[in-house]
Amino acid sequence: MRYLGDVAALARKDLLLELRARDTLPAMLLFVVATFVVFHFALPASPSRLAASGLLWVAILFTALLGLGRAFVPEREQRVLDGLVLAPCDRSAIWLAKSLATLAFLVAAELVAVPVYALFFHPVSGATVFGVALADLGICAVGTFLGAMAVATRARDLLLPLLFLPLAIPIVVGGVGASIVSAPGRYLGFLALYDVLFAVVCWATFEYVVAE
Amino acid sequence: MRCAYAAAVIRAQGLGKRFGEKRVLRGVDLELDRGGFLVVTGPNGSGKTTLLRICAGLALPSDGELRCSAGRAEIGYLGHEPLVYRELSALENLDLYGRLYRVPERRERIGMLLERFGLWPVRHDRVASYSRGMTQRLALCRVLLHDPALLVLDEPYTALDAAGAELLDTQLAELHGERTCLVSTHDPARVAPLQTAALGLAA
Repeated sequence: MRYLGDVAALARKDLLLELRARDTLPAMLLFVVATFVVFHFALPASPSRLAASGLLWVAILFTALLGLGRAFVPEREQRVLDGLVLAPCDRSAIWLAKSLATLAFLVAAELVAVPVYALFFHPVSGATVFGVALADLGICAVGTFLGAMAVATRARDLLLPLLFLPLAIPIVVGGVGASIVSAPGRYLGFLALYDVLFAVVCWATFEYVVAE
Repeated sequence: MRCAYAAAVIRAQGLGKRFGEKRVLRGVDLELDRGGFLVVTGPNGSGKTTLLRICAGLALPSDGELRCSAGRAEIGYLGHEPLVYRELSALENLDLYGRLYRVPERRERIGMLLERFGLWPVRHDRVASYSRGMTQRLALCRVLLHDPALLVLDEPYTALDAAGAELLDTQLAELHGERTCLVSTHDPARVAPLQTAALGLAA
């Protein structure tokens, strides 16, 4: 229970910071809507379902990347990470809280983005929505972990996409698969497995990312 | 890092630190007994901050051995940065740390510290609107919030005005003998009455 209390306190802090600064969510919303608008005019009048699904997943991935790139900005700019690392809580709570806060921003962006996608391209199936929800978990778990690694380096803006995008390929494969096949169970299971596997790895190793 | 010696809170032998090719700390020996007050002095670049970061557990030594009997929950660290969020208020920052450190009667303790350091009237204001001295006062509140057994203070008088410095003098005097203090400063005369040991670092 104490662990969850620490996670709640840290996640609340991240949400409060976003509420005050409004740095992340407006940028994510603008980006994802602008992407769909641009592709609406760039693609042929009726793009194939496969192409449109691919576009949805690429847009989600890059929107998430935008949020992940800003996840540790307050800690970096105000150098607060030392304070969190020194606190006697389990350090993985920092990762979990950051992941949950980023997940909240991503879901908020998708609540706007998915209807816009449906308006411009194709209707969204239940399997696609379920796939997006599963993908969000994996994206935030892995991305936050890599964001913490990248924030300690000078080339952080370059490093995060370089590390994150290769690891996100399975998410795109699973997501596009779940969006276009008639029996998406296999792809959804694949996304769930990805989430569990990477969440456990990130949770268990985060301590070494933030410690010298 | 459990201490083999009951009395010594920190014991270091041959402590060194390198950042790549650059050596910033070399062969430091120190022993700080429970209730002691060790003053670390030295010119800029002599490794005071690095030594204090190692003692606080924020950095690992490249050479030598460090034994510290204080766990993370028992250390209060003040660095060059205040380690508070500028977009949050003083109350919100201290509440966050109070929860993470599981401070009993958190709100009362926070209120008492803010009152003592003269920040109670501005407790709801964002830290971004504070002066550097007020931010340093808040950082001191953060350090003292969980009543740590070991205080690691890196140039704690930085940015404090005369009233703030006197407040800190009073606070350190109250804790003297009851808490262990490791303090780096460019003004050793200020803490000379409290000092039980000294360590001078060369550039």
